[in-house]
Amino acid sequence: MIMTDIRWFKYSSPQTFYPLAGTLAPWFSAAAALLAIAGLYISFFMAPTDFQQGEAYRIIFIHVPAAWMSMFLYLVMAVWAAIGLAWNTRLSSMMACAIAPTGAIMTFIALWTGALWGKPMWGAWWVWDARLTSELILLFLYLGFMFLHAAIDDPRRADRAAAVIAIVGAINVPIIYFSVKWWNTLHQGASVSLMRSPSMAATMLLGMLVMALAFWMYSIAVILMRVRCVIIERERHADWIKAPGALE
Amino acid sequence: MSAPGLLDSVVAVVARDLRIALRRRADVMTSLIFFVIVVSLFPLGVGADPVLLRTLGPGVVWVAALLACMLALARLFANDYADGTLEQMVLAPQPLALLVLAKTAAHWLTTGLPLVIVAPLLGVQFDLDADALLILLASLLLGTPTLSLIGGIGAALTLGLRGGGALLALLVLPLYIPVLIFGAGAVEASAAALGAGAHLSLLAALLLGSLVFAPWATALALRIAIE
Repeated sequence: MIMTDIRWFKYSSPQTFYPLAGTLAPWFSAAAALLAIAGLYISFFMAPTDFQQGEAYRIIFIHVPAAWMSMFLYLVMAVWAAIGLAWNTRLSSMMACAIAPTGAIMTFIALWTGALWGKPMWGAWWVWDARLTSELILLFLYLGFMFLHAAIDDPRRADRAAAVIAIVGAINVPIIYFSVKWWNTLHQGASVSLMRSPSMAATMLLGMLVMALAFWMYSIAVILMRVRCVIIERERHADWIKAPGALE
Repeated sequence: MSAPGLLDSVVAVVARDLRIALRRRADVMTSLIFFVIVVSLFPLGVGADPVLLRTLGPGVVWVAALLACMLALARLFANDYADGTLEQMVLAPQPLALLVLAKTAAHWLTTGLPLVIVAPLLGVQFDLDADALLILLASLLLGTPTLSLIGGIGAALTLGLRGGGALLALLVLPLYIPVLIFGAGAVEASAAALGAGAHLSLLAALLLGSLVFAPWATALALRIAIE
């Protein structure tokens, strides 16, 4: 997430990254707001009513981007945690820390909106579909990462321990996904599937992509803001943070 | 004096842990009794209908085995951590991952293997037939070492933490899910005349995979916990 292609390592120290994150966060927030307005307008006023699902399908404009972000953020978090573990870079671990709550909330939104969508479509709030189940397990993995980090007082030890569980989780995610998928086909066949065969109308796809971008921008903005808080919390004894004007 | 060879040190660690387990028989028995009690609770909870029990049986035995293995994990490193043995192992010239593997093997011999031996008896309580019992036995035999290996990572990470037990469950149980699915699935598939071969192969694959990666990750976690 370090948005520079010149002197990459300049911003790898909390001291230099802190103001950069502060500068970038409002831009990403603004982009998120504009894209969300555009995406919601397309989703609710331009996209046609689905001939099978009626109006209730419109929840996918929230649901699908949230589900994408939930999986993508776990990967990003695991990569940052692994970098922090391998090279002992403090900022990488702080990034992993900052990403986890956003990833967890995305997972939760995906599950919640999935339930809201499932009730009118399938007649049930919850079915043991492979995707639902693995999304639920993903939520547990996020919570495990956050709670393990919270349980260890020394932040550096917490970073490294949480990194191990993040990496183990990342390796396990595909295994869990496929095992749940095969278990699911054994149990109840493919009667319920999120993959609908009719191809989407172009405006629907557009709405979804714009919303996905909005979610992406929102996640970056929130993560940058949170990483600033993490930096202040961890570096509160450092000289640079006590200098006047450092927290502008 | 030269350091003992790799195999000698593995044998020494296994023998030591087995000896300790033999002298603290109650510890070993506790998780076994826990397993038996949890399995026995299910008919009381869901009713004694034989058809229902036959369907539930493999899953219930597997879930109970999962929980029993998880409860026993706290013992894997805790005592050695408390008395400093673990530090000596980290400092030892032998690779830590290998010593971890030896400890995990001893742990499985004292917690996993007794479960496997008792499980058919509990299967009989659930009216499983001879074929199903055999598959259950095979799936547990292949699956429980994986539980010990993966659980070792969680046990090492939560070493000496506040609320270690519940945290260990949160960390480890999601990772146990594939083993549970294929283990219980093996019995179900053979009951449905689909053959348990695929499930058992996948269990064996999980075992081999975790044999390679888990001791290494556990060793890493131990180093983090110790320093």
